[in-house]
Amino acid sequence: MHIVTFTRSTPDTAVRVEVDSSGTVSWGDAATVVNPWDEYALEEAILQAEKTSGTTTVLAIGPEMHNEALKHSLAMGMKEAVRIWDPALENSDSLAYATTAAAAVRKLDDVSLVIFGKESIDVGTDQHNYQTARKLGWPMLSYVSRILEVDAAAKTIKVERLLEQGKQIVTSKLPAVISVMKDINEPRYPSFIGIRKAAKAQIPEWSLADLAVDLPAAQTKVTAFSNPPARDVQVEMLAGSPEEQAAKLVERLLEEKVL
Amino acid sequence: MSAVYVWVETFNGQPNPASWEALGAGRTLAAKAGVPLTALIFGENAAQVAATAAQYGADSAIICEDATLSGFRLEPYAALLTKMVEANQPVAVLAVGTSRARELLAASAADTNGGLLTEVTEFTAQDDGTITAMRPVYAGKIISQAVIKAGKTQFLALRGRAFAPNAIDEAAAADITTAEPALSEADISTKIESFQAETGSVSLTDAAIIVSGGRGMANNPKDAPADAGDAAVWKAQDGFEHTIKPLAEVLGAAVGASRAAVDAGYIPYAHQVGQTGKTVSPDLYIACGISGAIQHQAGMRTSKVIVAINKDADAPIFKLAQYGLVGDLYAIVPSLTAELKKRLNKS
Repeated sequence: MHIVTFTRSTPDTAVRVEVDSSGTVSWGDAATVVNPWDEYALEEAILQAEKTSGTTTVLAIGPEMHNEALKHSLAMGMKEAVRIWDPALENSDSLAYATTAAAAVRKLDDVSLVIFGKESIDVGTDQHNYQTARKLGWPMLSYVSRILEVDAAAKTIKVERLLEQGKQIVTSKLPAVISVMKDINEPRYPSFIGIRKAAKAQIPEWSLADLAVDLPAAQTKVTAFSNPPARDVQVEMLAGSPEEQAAKLVERLLEEKVL
Repeated sequence: MSAVYVWVETFNGQPNPASWEALGAGRTLAAKAGVPLTALIFGENAAQVAATAAQYGADSAIICEDATLSGFRLEPYAALLTKMVEANQPVAVLAVGTSRARELLAASAADTNGGLLTEVTEFTAQDDGTITAMRPVYAGKIISQAVIKAGKTQFLALRGRAFAPNAIDEAAAADITTAEPALSEADISTKIESFQAETGSVSLTDAAIIVSGGRGMANNPKDAPADAGDAAVWKAQDGFEHTIKPLAEVLGAAVGASRAAVDAGYIPYAHQVGQTGKTVSPDLYIACGISGAIQHQAGMRTSKVIVAINKDADAPIFKLAQYGLVGDLYAIVPSLTAELKKRLNKS
């Protein structure tokens, strides 16, 4: 079974990200990491490929900075990596991403399962996951917390999904697209040998011409970035014994009318 | 351009009250475009939900109660919405961006090559129909301003608790029409096998009040039993159960947690607030034993009032908080629970 995941490089979650004076999003000299949600998708792809004696490919759509995430993915144990980039994708929207992603999966030809992380933190959305499934014309199972069964011969998958109201067990035909939650697995750390191998890997780059795809006209466009307003509060420290502190706090909260 | 559509989400035939926020946001847009505000309701009990939607400001409703639509599945829902968008060319489709709504709007936007913005916290329509919207990116560390072009149906998935519902009008009634489903069961690739409801807990994203615990939960003064595998984990779990939960119950609050607490195994992942957990903006957020790492702040910084309880007076959480209580959470939280019981029962 051939399993595909998508990833991208995003700023380290622990660093401060800000809009600088030129209006550009900046995180200084800090390193980028694999989009935190993608680690679970990569781990799950590797685990499922092991179980089904299958193979794995990780794709990234974006400029060269995304090679970092691809190399991390290879170091974890993904078999192949491809970066897709084209000047026409500069400042493009999720429709272009999904159209490109679907074309790349088609080019790989024998793919049974596409696994996405829950969302991408840089763009702050998960819409490209669902849109890729629609552009492929494949069913979509989101918020997967456990893969219960993959039957490569019968071409079916059975998963547990974590919904707002509880847990759902769903079956679907393959090929399918799924997105996975944080608690589905414990992502592995790349091994030393894996890191050395990945560092030397030459990552092929595909253009839109290679994918033979036309992009739909962009309907959305980011026009500006700004820093969130600072929390306009001065902390009031409530001192005293625990009982006194509690009494003072309740008094304030009743005044604030938040209870 | 026929209408502004609002998808009203239902679960077991009951509307998600957050959907009324989308009707609130949709009314301004419909008025500006001079078109009716139409609620879309799919699945069982849709006619009755439509009557409630009218009270919350829908001028009309389109319902479809076909059996394939009982229980949300993306394929039949998206196929139906796409069919309606293609046939009627609405100005916009809005919904409060729960996980189902984001999926549904994204799928239909993909089918029709329409523009979609998710997690929208505010938006305005220009005279030429362009919609300008604000939304958080980089896990809430940055605000992005983006536009959706006019001319094609525009899709907006709204952040929950960001828009006010319309005032309820008991006398209002909507003009209800019925739609045919777009797919039959044979066309659908997925099947729901079973569902196990999560009972008795308040959902984090809808909660007006959240009480959260962090690494400090491990400082429980109780002694862990000898057979407890890991004393710190036992202490923290006991603390969530017997210290945090009673406070949450008095307040009708949801229980949250920091990533440190989740990663240490103190509480399941479903409770995690922050960059790789849930983003919340309740009226009141009480952080107990949480230092306030950037990645936690990203998930709760838009809360209206933040209270921090921490033994370390230098913890970064105090920079965000309106009220700070320095001390042992295991002494302060029970006092707070007792005080609230006293005060809330009185008033």
